[in-house]
Amino acid sequence: MIEHLIPILAGTFGAAVPLIFAGLGELVTERTGVINLGVEGMMLIGAIAGFAAAAETGSGAAVGIPAGALAGAGIALVFGFFALSLAANQAACGLALTIFGIGLSAFIGQHYISYSLPGLKPIIIPLLSDIPVLGPIVFKQDAVVYLSLLAFAAIAWTLAKTRLGLLLKAIGESPEAAHAIGYPVISIRFGAVAFGGAMAGIAGAYLSTVYTPLWVQNMSAGRGWIAVALVVFASWKPARLMLGAYLFGAVTILQFHAQGLGIIVPVQFLASLPYVATIIVLVIISRDRRVLQNNLPASLGKPFLP
Amino acid sequence: MHLLEPRPYPSRVMRWTAPLIAVAATLIVGSMLFLALGKDPLESFHVFFVQPLESSYGWSELLIKACPLILIAQGLALGFKARIYNIGAEGQLIVGALAGGGVAIAMEGSDASWIVPAMVVAGAIGGALWGAIPALLKTRFNAEETLTTLMLSYVANHLLSYMVNGPWRDPEGMNFPQSIMFSDSALFRILLEGSRVNTSVFITLFAIVAFWIFNARSFLHFQIEVGGHAPAASLYAGFSSKRAVWLTLVLSGMTAGIAGVGEIAGPVGQLNLNISPGYGFAAIIVAYLGRLHALGIVLAGFLMALIYLGGEAAQVALQLPAAITGIFQGMLLFFLLGSDVFIDNRLRRRLA
Repeated sequence: MIEHLIPILAGTFGAAVPLIFAGLGELVTERTGVINLGVEGMMLIGAIAGFAAAAETGSGAAVGIPAGALAGAGIALVFGFFALSLAANQAACGLALTIFGIGLSAFIGQHYISYSLPGLKPIIIPLLSDIPVLGPIVFKQDAVVYLSLLAFAAIAWTLAKTRLGLLLKAIGESPEAAHAIGYPVISIRFGAVAFGGAMAGIAGAYLSTVYTPLWVQNMSAGRGWIAVALVVFASWKPARLMLGAYLFGAVTILQFHAQGLGIIVPVQFLASLPYVATIIVLVIISRDRRVLQNNLPASLGKPFLP
Repeated sequence: MHLLEPRPYPSRVMRWTAPLIAVAATLIVGSMLFLALGKDPLESFHVFFVQPLESSYGWSELLIKACPLILIAQGLALGFKARIYNIGAEGQLIVGALAGGGVAIAMEGSDASWIVPAMVVAGAIGGALWGAIPALLKTRFNAEETLTTLMLSYVANHLLSYMVNGPWRDPEGMNFPQSIMFSDSALFRILLEGSRVNTSVFITLFAIVAFWIFNARSFLHFQIEVGGHAPAASLYAGFSSKRAVWLTLVLSGMTAGIAGVGEIAGPVGQLNLNISPGYGFAAIIVAYLGRLHALGIVLAGFLMALIYLGGEAAQVALQLPAAITGIFQGMLLFFLLGSDVFIDNRLRRRLA
């Protein structure tokens, strides 16, 4: 049992990385009152941009992940133009972004179908990695896994302890009030949308340059939508989002170890687990309307014209 | 100061010109895209939007693609009016196809005349059941239907993959993930010699008329529309919002399920992993582009079908990946939403 448990728990960290980045990005965006349902599309744009940059430069994920972040932020600005500048329906604009992103990434990806990348070697932290059980699980991960923990700490701290965090949350609660005081609501929301795009881009680029590492059409496979659901599950709190991401990371990784654990179930059923789990989690969190309403940014999804 | 200001009254003119502006903008930006790809924009435009319509075969293919899109969009539009956002029609289509395909496979070798009607009924039930799950989760547990319908699409896809890789795989299919080819008794009859147009077009035709009458005449439709526009007024009048959720999700699941049977008992002729090129998602755009109106959806459905055909033509004539269809779909929805802003708003006349 234990010999299976270590790789499952170690794998959970990697599987959770895309959900952490995409989820934290969407969390920040939603905290400012903007719901961007285009996470899936932004992830795919990030995945192909990262893969293309890594393949063309030959430098791997070190170039691929920043490129994915840039591409994700760039495509998020298109969403921003329609949903913020024109104040069009945010949920529908997100859907348009996802359809567009699936199409564009598949279009560009046609060139890169037979490429493969070297991936990233794990960073083995001396001494700590020698701790039995815990060492191989936590301290033999790739750089992006450690980066995801850093991103969590930075975002949680910014939202809870800084002026910027207070401003972001204030805009999400009442854009009218923030506007009246003189804050540029639309510009700040643009910033949050671009940040969410960059984070989704990193999530996608991690999939294509580290996790898999090759380009497959539609390779995010709904992770962007799961990230959106995780933000609801987390009640817009970063720490709970991390918990959700690891939970889903474990569910995702379980399918690769099911056989070793003696679970004889068709692969397709195991592959369906993350989606079924998402539905279950949504049901549990939505049952009590008050819990949801307590933390919901008051202006979420509502168009704002100053 | 923002460039936009609210209109005193929503503009009826803009409501119907917005789709035209969106199409025009998509064509302009699309031409720029072709230019950026090093293709002659005029020639590309011709290949994409004109060439498919230059032959009668092209028109017949247009009809084949338009029918499922129109059928699904009719059901979705009803929900969108009630602000119930079923974005998982793709999954309901797949489960409908699985249910209908099950009938075809079980009756293999028989030439009974009721097989196709039974497949349609099975598909309707399958799609309706897949739509009923999010309806239950919404009415019972308050779970957002957007995410649940979409998640169920992924589950449906895996279910399809399991069936065509497992129990229903064609034993003589060289291990390809596909079922047997259906026999003629499990296929819609061809209507026009030399084309793939079949009797399933009558189902779509019936649906158009039925939805048109239902939308224009029924009190139930009025209740649904009021529920979407003014939930408080609807509650006060005693209209049940739960009934609206059940009705719209089950009905839109049903139309999607029937569309799925139209594919497997029509152009596809079997169950495989490519029974739908994203019709369930494209139909969302069709519903909005057609202004959620039964007849508007017909026009929008043909336009969307042309984008599919154009994508295929571009693959052959311009050596561009067929994924360009998705790029055009996304652009079209973006531009439509952008234009729709001007129904309720206008440009500020004077900058203060």
